[in-house]
Amino acid sequence: MKPAAPQEAGPPPDWLEELARRLPAGRVLTAPEDLEPYAFDGTAALRTRPAAVVMARTRDEVAATVRFAAERKIPLVGRGSGTGLSGGSVPVAGGLVLCLARMKRILEVDAANLTLSCEPGVLTAEVAAAAEQAGLFYPPDPGSMKISTIGGNVAENSGGLRGLKYGVTRDYVLGLEVVLADGSVVWLGNKCVKDVAGLSLKDLFIGSEGCLGIITRLLLKLVPKPPARRTLLALFGSMEAAAETVSGIIAAKIIPCTLEFLDRTTIGAVEAHARIGLPTEVAALVLMETDGHPAVVEEEAEGMATIAKANGALEVRVAADEAEALRLATARRSAFAALARIRPTTILEDVTVPRSELATMVAFIQATAEKHDLRIATFGHLGDGNLHPTILTDETNAAEMERVEAAIGDIVDETLRLGGTITGEHGVGLAKKPYLRSQLGEEGHALLRRVKAALDPDGILNPGKVHD
Amino acid sequence: MPDSATQARDAQASRPGPGVTGGARGFLHDLDYSVVQQCIHCGMCLPTCPTYDETGLERNSPRGRIALMRAVADDRMEVTRAFGEEMYYCLGCLACTTACPAGVNYAELFERARAEVERLGVLDHPRRRWVRRLVLGGVFTRPRLLRLLGRLLWLHQASGGQWLFRKLRLTRLLPAWLRELEPMTPPIRPRFSDRLIRPIEQPAGPPRRRVAVLTGCVQDLIYPEINRDTVDVLLANGCTVVTPPLQPCCGSLHAHNGDLANARGLARAMISLFEEERLDAVITNAAGCGSHLKHYDRLLADDPEWRERAAAWSAKVRDISEFLVETGFRAPRGAAADGPGRVTYHEACHLCHGQGITRQPREILKTVPGLELAELAESTWCCGSAGVYNITQPEQAAKLLRRKLERIAAVGPRVVATANPGCLLQLQNGARAAGAAYAVVHPVSLLAAAYRAEPAD
Repeated sequence: MKPAAPQEAGPPPDWLEELARRLPAGRVLTAPEDLEPYAFDGTAALRTRPAAVVMARTRDEVAATVRFAAERKIPLVGRGSGTGLSGGSVPVAGGLVLCLARMKRILEVDAANLTLSCEPGVLTAEVAAAAEQAGLFYPPDPGSMKISTIGGNVAENSGGLRGLKYGVTRDYVLGLEVVLADGSVVWLGNKCVKDVAGLSLKDLFIGSEGCLGIITRLLLKLVPKPPARRTLLALFGSMEAAAETVSGIIAAKIIPCTLEFLDRTTIGAVEAHARIGLPTEVAALVLMETDGHPAVVEEEAEGMATIAKANGALEVRVAADEAEALRLATARRSAFAALARIRPTTILEDVTVPRSELATMVAFIQATAEKHDLRIATFGHLGDGNLHPTILTDETNAAEMERVEAAIGDIVDETLRLGGTITGEHGVGLAKKPYLRSQLGEEGHALLRRVKAALDPDGILNPGKVHD
Repeated sequence: MPDSATQARDAQASRPGPGVTGGARGFLHDLDYSVVQQCIHCGMCLPTCPTYDETGLERNSPRGRIALMRAVADDRMEVTRAFGEEMYYCLGCLACTTACPAGVNYAELFERARAEVERLGVLDHPRRRWVRRLVLGGVFTRPRLLRLLGRLLWLHQASGGQWLFRKLRLTRLLPAWLRELEPMTPPIRPRFSDRLIRPIEQPAGPPRRRVAVLTGCVQDLIYPEINRDTVDVLLANGCTVVTPPLQPCCGSLHAHNGDLANARGLARAMISLFEEERLDAVITNAAGCGSHLKHYDRLLADDPEWRERAAAWSAKVRDISEFLVETGFRAPRGAAADGPGRVTYHEACHLCHGQGITRQPREILKTVPGLELAELAESTWCCGSAGVYNITQPEQAAKLLRRKLERIAAVGPRVVATANPGCLLQLQNGARAAGAAYAVVHPVSLLAAAYRAEPAD
């Protein structure tokens, strides 16, 4: 089935030529064949073709573009690789997309201060590789790290599989160069471990989803590369046993770097893609990884295996080598997209609850699926409470989509009741915007809008995202 | 959560059934919509796409191209010249298919998009039309004519005609576009497969399996000895080998270049040729052909008369390395000293991405005495041959070739093994131009040589 043809935006705006004049040749894309592929990001069912795309190469080109947008009050949406999962980089009708994917230089790896400086279009995996070459480690590893840009990670404050032990992107940002809404450029931060000179302004822009400024250079914190690593795979006959194992591990004061889980549906989809011999008959699988000093790794791995078995694990497998560990982690990263094999539309949620409430939340999601007659697969970061219930549906089935809406509403309500958040790592964007007010409350929501109004009074930066 | 701006829909009822593809509504409209919908634009394909890697533009990426195809299927976009050019800028290497967690059938989308480009003639040009008619419709649907042309070309090359032609700079008489291609003319072999292989050959011992060998079209003219090697290897593993002397082109050239009508005709001819035989497997040694041959079922799915026959065919097709490993081939005996030494393996796109075969050729290579397998960085990255891509898009093809040659040089092998005639030719031309000393051969030839070198017992 297919959607009816919606009308595309009318004739091209008269400012395109002027914009092209202000930038070096070849920077502005305007042909429909060039624009259609920028009409979406990684989020399901959102599509708006922009009026033009600017492929910036330098900070000055970014600043010139923002200044132009400010003069003409043209909506401007920043974009990296377009892998976001909340619609944050979906264009605004009649507006500009400012794509930073071509600003991809790594400027410096400073082994004396454990920092890395780069442009925003560098891929997350390239940051990780550059760190590793220097014997260092950049821990945040969002599922799409092979293609996501570091600028996008900072704008969304992305998480990843290692959040439990290492935190999220915010914890690794020391400095940012930002083009503000009027086109002026500001540098915020330095290589110091300690810095209390005024408000931590860089933090305003981390997770700002392109609504407050455009990041043009980053200074990242690195840590020493852990000398040892051990990956285990525990198989369970029930989701509850998996959840209890995770609680048990945390209660035993073990903080592994990864505690990921996949339910049966997700395991099946991942295995269909990756074909690495995952057991498709079990109810749940927990991928556990510990890293650090070899002796500690040894002890923690043993401890986790014992706790898993005590909680009824059917089997605990240990990855034989780095290659197998990598295969397992890579397979896990494909979970979201692999679920698209089952139904045409996959709507991914990102709710996060305090870890003590995980078992309640997992059970609630199962009950919600039954209540609304929907298929929901769940996977996620069990160790940090960040779940990805994924509704497997068909966007062309209006009746089913109504039930999807209702189910999301129920899941959000329960998440907030348990003291959780509507998004742990994907951002609000368009997808979570309707629920943000319930989480923040009137005052919190108003404060958010006041910050936006102060930094972007004309509302040209990513308007309509996060809040109206 | 869906955005209201994009969410108007209509019902399945307004669409024709799967019926005859490429009818009045076009190849992309008649495609089952779920194939387009399968792409959830997660972006996992982007880092594996050689053209996106080159330009960094979404339209040059798999998900960008699928977005364009979907826009056409949704009637939001016309099939324009730019659309056509984009579809031909794609290598069709299918690296995106390997990377895609959602299982998007890019091969089908790509073939249909090119077919739609041809149906509407948006790239039409008198010379292009003439070349297409001559090559796709004329030569590559007529195996006898192809061999005749091959014979003439061989005569031209062997008699010194080509040397003289070049020496007298008669190439100047050729139109510019043809002049540029002339040095790429592959050396034609004096004897084709039908003179090297008897129609039926029996193994020395009692036959365990009966298989057919496909000799290919280009392969038959420039690499017939690989076909001979393939037959020898199969004989050494107890197979009765059936090799019809005159075989049609498999049609992959047609399917990949928007000529689905001729592709279907050739598929029917191919199936008919082997249907009477009781065969355990149909063996191909050309990755590009194999990847297409295995999809005859999809190609003829809308043809009620041929659907089942095509499915039976697809179930039997095996790449030679796949077949050997599946049936437990015999490791050659011999002394390490006589072996080929350091060998690296370049993976033909349509073997690793098109057929998912990566392990088997390496397993075969590792059994060859005296062969040291050294892994090639980016072994699954396209070499730029990509069917006729090196002719249609010489600039991009040259960049990919350069990148591949650099990776090979870093390994410093004596031999590069690769399992597709296009890659063989591309790498041989590249190595010669670069003055490199290594040989480029098919893995099956290394295995055949090892069997031949076995000490008599």
